[in-house]
Amino acid sequence: MTGTEIARDRKAAVSVRSLSKTFGQGEYAITALDSVELDILENEFFTLLGPSGCGKTTLLRLIAGFELPTNGSISLQDQDITDKPPHRRPINTVFQNYALFPHMTVAENIGFGLRMLGRPTAEIKQTTERMLALVQLEAMAGRRTDQLSGGQQQRVALARALAPAPKVLLLDEPLAALDLKLRKSMQIELKSLQAETGITFVFVTHDQEEALTMSDRIAVMKSGKILQIGTPRDIYDRPTHRFVADFIGDINILEGTVEHTDGDLATVRLKDGTRVSAHLGTASARSGDVSVAIRPENVRLASTGETPTLTGILENIVYFGAATNLHLRLGTGEEMVIRNPGAVDEGRYQPGATIGAILQPELIRVLE
Amino acid sequence: MADPTTAMPASAQPRQRRRLVRDLKAMPGFTATAWLCIVTLYLPILVLIAFSFNENRSVVLWTGFSLDWYAKALENDGIRNAAWVSVKIALFATVISTIAATMAALATTRTKKFAGQGLVYGIINQPLMIPEIVTAIATLSLFALVKKVTGLTGIGYLMLAHAAFCIPFAYMPIRARLETMTLTLEQAAADLYAPPLKVFTLVTLPLLGPGIVAGAMLAFVVSLDDVIITLMIAGPGETTLPIYILGAIRRGITPEINAVSTILVAVSVLLVMLLFLVQRRMQR
Repeated sequence: MTGTEIARDRKAAVSVRSLSKTFGQGEYAITALDSVELDILENEFFTLLGPSGCGKTTLLRLIAGFELPTNGSISLQDQDITDKPPHRRPINTVFQNYALFPHMTVAENIGFGLRMLGRPTAEIKQTTERMLALVQLEAMAGRRTDQLSGGQQQRVALARALAPAPKVLLLDEPLAALDLKLRKSMQIELKSLQAETGITFVFVTHDQEEALTMSDRIAVMKSGKILQIGTPRDIYDRPTHRFVADFIGDINILEGTVEHTDGDLATVRLKDGTRVSAHLGTASARSGDVSVAIRPENVRLASTGETPTLTGILENIVYFGAATNLHLRLGTGEEMVIRNPGAVDEGRYQPGATIGAILQPELIRVLE
Repeated sequence: MADPTTAMPASAQPRQRRRLVRDLKAMPGFTATAWLCIVTLYLPILVLIAFSFNENRSVVLWTGFSLDWYAKALENDGIRNAAWVSVKIALFATVISTIAATMAALATTRTKKFAGQGLVYGIINQPLMIPEIVTAIATLSLFALVKKVTGLTGIGYLMLAHAAFCIPFAYMPIRARLETMTLTLEQAAADLYAPPLKVFTLVTLPLLGPGIVAGAMLAFVVSLDDVIITLMIAGPGETTLPIYILGAIRRGITPEINAVSTILVAVSVLLVMLLFLVQRRMQR
């Protein structure tokens, strides 16, 4: 199931239509977002993934209302919010550097949103206590925020943004400043927090592993455009673009020519004459020269007597505990990596040996 | 919840700082240079203060300790009036210039970059670079024109002149404070449903507070201390303390003047100490 199919059976929390943002003017103009179309669904953990400068943070700031778009519209549950200032949007943000108010206590920070909404004092107190419990900071209520560690500040920022029960929570690389161990545990905490509260999370990151771990769906962005939207499995197993395939995990990319197509399947002739069948997916190129991609773990070593899909000369063996990477030089001149679970028989697999590889046809993709 | 990031930095930092200080002190001539600077700066003031307690009329010959000159100075109507005029003008100038400087600082840091922003910054700071005598004469000629046209007289002219030249002094610390404050905090407040006015009163102003206090104190001291512009603008009966002292000295220096000056020193030291405390809070 692709991203757009899911979008049809569930309600959209945030809808973005032909959204563009240009900074600067004339020849110095930089297009940060280029006609982006996006539906983020209710109760979804949605991730905007891409390298720095791809426009993911700009998109987040447009949804929050800190920037106004050059073109296009944003709606929240079918209401147009494009021109609404940030304080009129029921959307809260967890900032990258937390942006906690230094002149207020932890509890005052958390209660700030509710105070601004004019909620009764008793409710503010109750909600603040509930939020403090949620992020396990009950003992810190009266502390100033500069007396907290990075991880604790992170939790206060989260509690502050969740306290007013927003329709959508935006998170701008909130884990970037934390060390690895803390980041891992916060990833799990964030994910369960999202499930508990049922609030739609829009998470921005450049860390592909983080995106795969936490998200219901991911949008991969590059140069102000969304290249692919899908579940982590869609993005990983069925990448549509070379950039997506390359950006997330390791992948083998081979050049070839489409000979004929049959529905979703294409027969592609590789440069050494080998024919493989590959899934077209949403690829628009249905004839001529194409790139096909397959993950190293979806290629296996041919056992004795088996007819290999491809053969190549073994150049390198890299062992890293759980798996071994075998680097082959194919007859086409291209390199291919086979990830073999566990160790390999070193007597048989030595640099210079000719090795047969079996490609699982259902896991070969034609790229845009 | 236990948190690995809390434990780390506490012990590492002070050791490094101590070593840095030791290195600087080890440089040849460091102590001598430091003492030379301190003596040059403060010896005249120490002499002034010492002779304010002299029993004798002389300011060069010490005969004994007394507080007589302080009593005399405080009983002197001329000094008391002048002090009152000075404080009145300084307070007015401080309030007006601090408000103007705060608005200017906000306009030059909290708005989108506009054409001529550098020019505006220059215009606000230029009075610091123009010789004060020029500013004084310019202000005098303008006021002469205004007086001729409107026929208005009074202490208001002097107050306005002080308010004007205090603006750049008040502007500097306020702008410096604003520049270190990231816009993110204001955005966070807006994100949490604070309308623009609440963002200003609940976030911008409290965080800017130390900068405003610093600016106001600087403006107050600068106004209290001014001679050249005051000398030009002041009308009859508008004698400020520095002008009174200047006049008194022409008739010969007495420990009474020393006593008044010492009080002025004490007031400014107090203000500077306050400023220091405020700035220490600012750094936290």
